[in-house]
Amino acid sequence: MPSKGIIAATTFLTFAPVLGARAQNAIPENIQIGLSTDRVSITSDFAGAELTIFGALDNADPLVSRQGRYDVIVVLEGPARPVMVRKKTRVLGMWINTESQIFRDVPESYSMALTRAPQDITDPAGYRQLALGPSNLYLQPLDADGDPKTIEEFTAALRERKEASGLYSVRVGGVRFLSQSLFRATLTLAPNVAVGTHRARAFLFRNGMFLRETSAQLTIRKAGMEQRLYEFAQQHGLIYGIAAVLIAIITGWIGRLVFRKD
Amino acid sequence: MIRVPRVGIYLPIAEMSVNVFVLLAMGGAVGFLSGMFGVGGGFLITPLLIFYNIPPAIAVATGANQVIASSFSGALVHFKRKTLDVKLGTVLLAGGFVGATLGALAFAYLRRLGQLDLIVSLLYVTFLGVVGGLMLTESIGALRRARSGQAVSLRKPGQHNWIHRLPLKMRFRASKLFVSVIPVLGLGAFIGFLSSIMGVGGGFIMVPALIYLLKVPTNVVIGTSLFQIIFVAAYTTIIHSTANQTVDVVLAFLLMVGGVAGAQYGARVGQRLRGEQLRALLALLVLAVALRLAFDLFVRPASVYSLSAGVL
Repeated sequence: MPSKGIIAATTFLTFAPVLGARAQNAIPENIQIGLSTDRVSITSDFAGAELTIFGALDNADPLVSRQGRYDVIVVLEGPARPVMVRKKTRVLGMWINTESQIFRDVPESYSMALTRAPQDITDPAGYRQLALGPSNLYLQPLDADGDPKTIEEFTAALRERKEASGLYSVRVGGVRFLSQSLFRATLTLAPNVAVGTHRARAFLFRNGMFLRETSAQLTIRKAGMEQRLYEFAQQHGLIYGIAAVLIAIITGWIGRLVFRKD
Repeated sequence: MIRVPRVGIYLPIAEMSVNVFVLLAMGGAVGFLSGMFGVGGGFLITPLLIFYNIPPAIAVATGANQVIASSFSGALVHFKRKTLDVKLGTVLLAGGFVGATLGALAFAYLRRLGQLDLIVSLLYVTFLGVVGGLMLTESIGALRRARSGQAVSLRKPGQHNWIHRLPLKMRFRASKLFVSVIPVLGLGAFIGFLSSIMGVGGGFIMVPALIYLLKVPTNVVIGTSLFQIIFVAAYTTIIHSTANQTVDVVLAFLLMVGGVAGAQYGARVGQRLRGEQLRALLALLVLAVALRLAFDLFVRPASVYSLSAGVL
């Protein structure tokens, strides 16, 4: 494939200093991932799922592989949407929403799988640079000129709530090497995973240094019936409402017929 | 704890996976109680759904949808027995439509403000607390009198209050009533408003209001109340699905199926209990729901932060 050659060449230039130290390895490593499907359907019995992504390292240095010095991090990021974070405070003894902050482009979900514990793969600065991991996601408040302390508080709360609802998750050991070059990543899809276009990204590290990343897209959608109902409710609210009323009346009437004899 | 087998079902509008058996049981339990006490059960369904982590906006709108089924089922019986004042119900309904429209507007406004959950909880605590308290006092009094051998009567004929001095009088034959339409329309509007915001039929307020304020004979009260609830709840369902897209038909259907079945068994148990005993039990139930909701309002939540879809 000609395009692959170009990518490899670019990488070679970008990582020239790194590779300089290991001049004997002229061809740089490459990472690829493949999704068994580019579409996940949420059916009526959906209660969360595990998504498996397979991937391979090209041109892996056998020595580094044997020492287990290659690390892979796979991330599945949900569609970005604006989110409002509300805070309750005590007013007249009651807990009432009083303050709020809106954040732009918050990934609905963020599921990360790693070969080892994060601190064993690379240092915090490396994660920050790549904006990798729930705590390094850049969450942008709509009102960026607000009090920095408040913004910091709400940003932390947003992450904490996302983690508590299982939408942001980290799975240490979720990526496993099946052979020297083949790996498998297992990611968590929460029961309330958002529908839309998700992006899977894989990051390759060697001896704590970031080498390359690759990505693939995945569409999560409701299965036929659920999707049609949802779309219908959104687009034809009036007819949907009338249908809901008719269903209720028929159910009530049938209930009467079924149980009348008793 | 009873182990409930987990058969998940994905709710297309609430966008979450729930256990079918929990919902059927919930519908069944509320249906049982509503059959036993002759109420719609909306005031129990909506809080239960909220306790089960269904977003309040969806719980309210879906609750209204569920109420139609149980009210229709109940109203059919009263229609056959002719214990239903269609004229009175229609006037109540005219007010109800106005109230429900205003309620839906208030609902959308509160939702934008982020105070919907609070207002819904406060309304529940207030109304359930007041109605439950009044019913309990009244029924305990009645139980005492019954024990000491006095006659039990709710309606004292011939006794008139200020309501009967208002103008624009209208005659309601089935209810043997000659009363101004102003309080009837007002009561209808008030119930319609609550129906939109709380997802209830409003029977638990309508029934005592018809008996104590308008002096409608007890035998036509429940039928008439159910009759108007069908239409107000239907109207509320349509408004919510048009304006807020918060009616989940899958959720509503599961609740209805459980509810309709439960109501039949409840009605049989109800026939074996005496009126004032029933009212005392219902009062205790209403108060328990009010306390549970008040508890959530006053006790520090697990997290003071919450997320919702933001609008830029």
